[in-house]
Amino acid sequence: MKVTIDGFPIEVEAGTTILNAARMIGGDIVPPAMCYYSKLEGSGGKCRTCLVKVSKGSEKDPRPMPKLVASCRTTVMDGMEVQNITSPEVIEARKGVVEMLLINHPLDCPVCDQAGECHLQDLGYEHGAAKTRYEFDRRTFERIDIGDKIQLHMTRCILCYRCVFVADQITDHRIHGILNRGDHSEISTYITKAVDNDFSGNVIDVCPVGALTDRTFRFKNRVWFTKPVEAHRDCHTEGCGGKVTLWYKGEDVLRVTARKDEYGEAEEFICNTCRFDKKKTSDWVIEGPRKVSHKSVISSNHYDTLKPLPVVKTNPVLMEANKEQFERETRL
Amino acid sequence: MARKILLEHINVPGINTFDVYRSKGGYAAVEKALKTLSPDDVVEEVKKSGLRGRGGAGFPTGMKWSFLAKPEGVARYLVCNADESEPGTFKDRYLMTYIPHLLIEGMIVASYALGAKTSYIYVRGEMMPQIRILEKAIAEAKNKGFLGKNILGTGYDLELYVQPGGGAYICGEETALLESLEGKRGNPRIKPPFPAIAGLYGCPTVVNNVESIAAVVPIINEGGDEYAKIGIGRSTGTKLISAGGNLRKPGVYEIDLGLPVEEFLYSDEYCGGIANGKRLKAVVAGGSSVPILPANLFMKTVNNEPRLMSYESLADGGFVSGTMMGSGGFIAYDEDQCIVRNTWNFARFYHHESCGQCSPCREGTGWMEKVLHRLEYGHGKMSDMDLLVDVSKKIEGNTICPLGDAAAWPVASAIRHFRDEFEWHVTHPHEATTRNFGIAHYADPLPKLEEAGS
Repeated sequence: MKVTIDGFPIEVEAGTTILNAARMIGGDIVPPAMCYYSKLEGSGGKCRTCLVKVSKGSEKDPRPMPKLVASCRTTVMDGMEVQNITSPEVIEARKGVVEMLLINHPLDCPVCDQAGECHLQDLGYEHGAAKTRYEFDRRTFERIDIGDKIQLHMTRCILCYRCVFVADQITDHRIHGILNRGDHSEISTYITKAVDNDFSGNVIDVCPVGALTDRTFRFKNRVWFTKPVEAHRDCHTEGCGGKVTLWYKGEDVLRVTARKDEYGEAEEFICNTCRFDKKKTSDWVIEGPRKVSHKSVISSNHYDTLKPLPVVKTNPVLMEANKEQFERETRL
Repeated sequence: MARKILLEHINVPGINTFDVYRSKGGYAAVEKALKTLSPDDVVEEVKKSGLRGRGGAGFPTGMKWSFLAKPEGVARYLVCNADESEPGTFKDRYLMTYIPHLLIEGMIVASYALGAKTSYIYVRGEMMPQIRILEKAIAEAKNKGFLGKNILGTGYDLELYVQPGGGAYICGEETALLESLEGKRGNPRIKPPFPAIAGLYGCPTVVNNVESIAAVVPIINEGGDEYAKIGIGRSTGTKLISAGGNLRKPGVYEIDLGLPVEEFLYSDEYCGGIANGKRLKAVVAGGSSVPILPANLFMKTVNNEPRLMSYESLADGGFVSGTMMGSGGFIAYDEDQCIVRNTWNFARFYHHESCGQCSPCREGTGWMEKVLHRLEYGHGKMSDMDLLVDVSKKIEGNTICPLGDAAAWPVASAIRHFRDEFEWHVTHPHEATTRNFGIAHYADPLPKLEEAGS
């Protein structure tokens, strides 16, 4: 199926979502996603940050879709044309979503352990306003230790449901979920229960903000002062690949996380033994430094060899515009 | 005298029992459909009737039925949406209370048309009396051979169940209803897939409103063409209107679609005018989720023609000067009513009922409610109106389900048409706080009487 996103055409398999088609193209035209997680079935569609405009439904029915659609849950049709960053309507809607998300999410980045790795922080920089129009009291919660390894900061939760999907899909039983409704909704555990199964640590990795944090790492360091290194070990826990990123400070491993792709999603989920109990270099086979996007704050002070320039993608629209501008300037 | 189709026998003593209902020609549609018509014929009759969904959206019922996927070896379901809970709407409850067998009969015919062997009536949890009434009616129908195995010896089997709902407004949204029916938290599903493809337990499902299903009975009895003769244009048949607010005679009325709104409001046959000799200030024509209109705009269309009680006429003028038929929850406001308070009240409802799944609705409904609260209690600012309009725009169209739209439209329309009144609350905080105000305080509060059509 052929789909065009912001002028970039791509051929994809039937059933591919607009978001994943955009990810195949890459670059700035990829819509942000706070609640979608490709490894979690049924995720997405809730946060509405990935809204896009379908300006042409398909070759068969070229009518535009009447409303903006969630790109993470809308599959492409042959001949579909999608606008993401080229649509002012989409940008405006996304700004609205960011404003709503920030109503009940404190900007406590200076103390939040997710700083530097927070998707909402990125989204806020890209689409947020300098000040809020919301003048009422925010929700407040006490921090809760859900088990000895994980702490829940409900103030920061944006109710993306990712952790609930993780618990449902990759652990043997779920004892936490969402209580109440509307803006009273909150993540909570079943009465007095702790989240303590073998894969529970993955709820930390999937949390796009700093609501679920690793108690073994909290306040140990800022992430951009650490050195991420790819490593693996022969893990015998069923379902764990043992492929991780180790976050070093000097000779110490401060934190172990699943290895993540460029969209912040774990390539494979890891068990709690790898995450919490293996913090010696001797436990691991080191593969080498983790590649960090130059856009990320984590890349600070991480020097790498100079990379060749990226291949410039052909964009007929831009080429035509450049040609016109060149002709205009030459004429003048 | 207006004709009554659904409510024809409503005043017959004992009509809620099987025997009396049967003696008045009840269950004839079941006999006719099962013995003389094929399922496709029934669907065709409903298509011919032009019946539009009476739950609020107004989608053609026959067309909805024809979308139902029919894979081999997969169950199909009919679910009746009896989760009526929109403020101002109470017509389904009336129908279920007083003439439950009409709904049961409609369910049997519709289930037959759709090939459903199991059907559900999902009733709002608080409506315990109606749940008991329906359970009793189902038991009676089953005892008489109209439900269960081999109905009337035709070989058709149908089990019908009443399911108490989750007691949340959102459970009336069809996909949230299905989630709730499956025993889960009543959160709307993301569409597609639509229920016609993957509904209850992942099987093809049709969800219809109580009144839509009840209307199938006269359609089968009289024929789709006869039904289509009633009404006007694409608004065919009769419609139950639950009229409330400051009316002299509030209640549930069955009207022919196309009835002039002036006649509905002022004639003694229907609402009988505004109570206590007051003047009409505004109308919410189809339940709290539709845009509110001031009296002058409600009475006339854009072309200055009398407005009619039909889907098209009420929508004439779009959201600038029109509204919607919605679920038929008709609320009239007299000159003493405060639109700011009313809007806050609606916003409070939608804030309370938002499921919280998607960000704009979860956060936006609460934000609007808080701003309206401060306006109502004399702490508002002049910029609040623009803020409310902007927040409502950020919600509208950007949410998983239509609850976001339902929350945004009343606020946006109230500010569009009654901005003066909102501003008055800002400039007169003391009067607003003490509620010591009346019509005279507003800059331009009311249309002239002749404009209001009274």
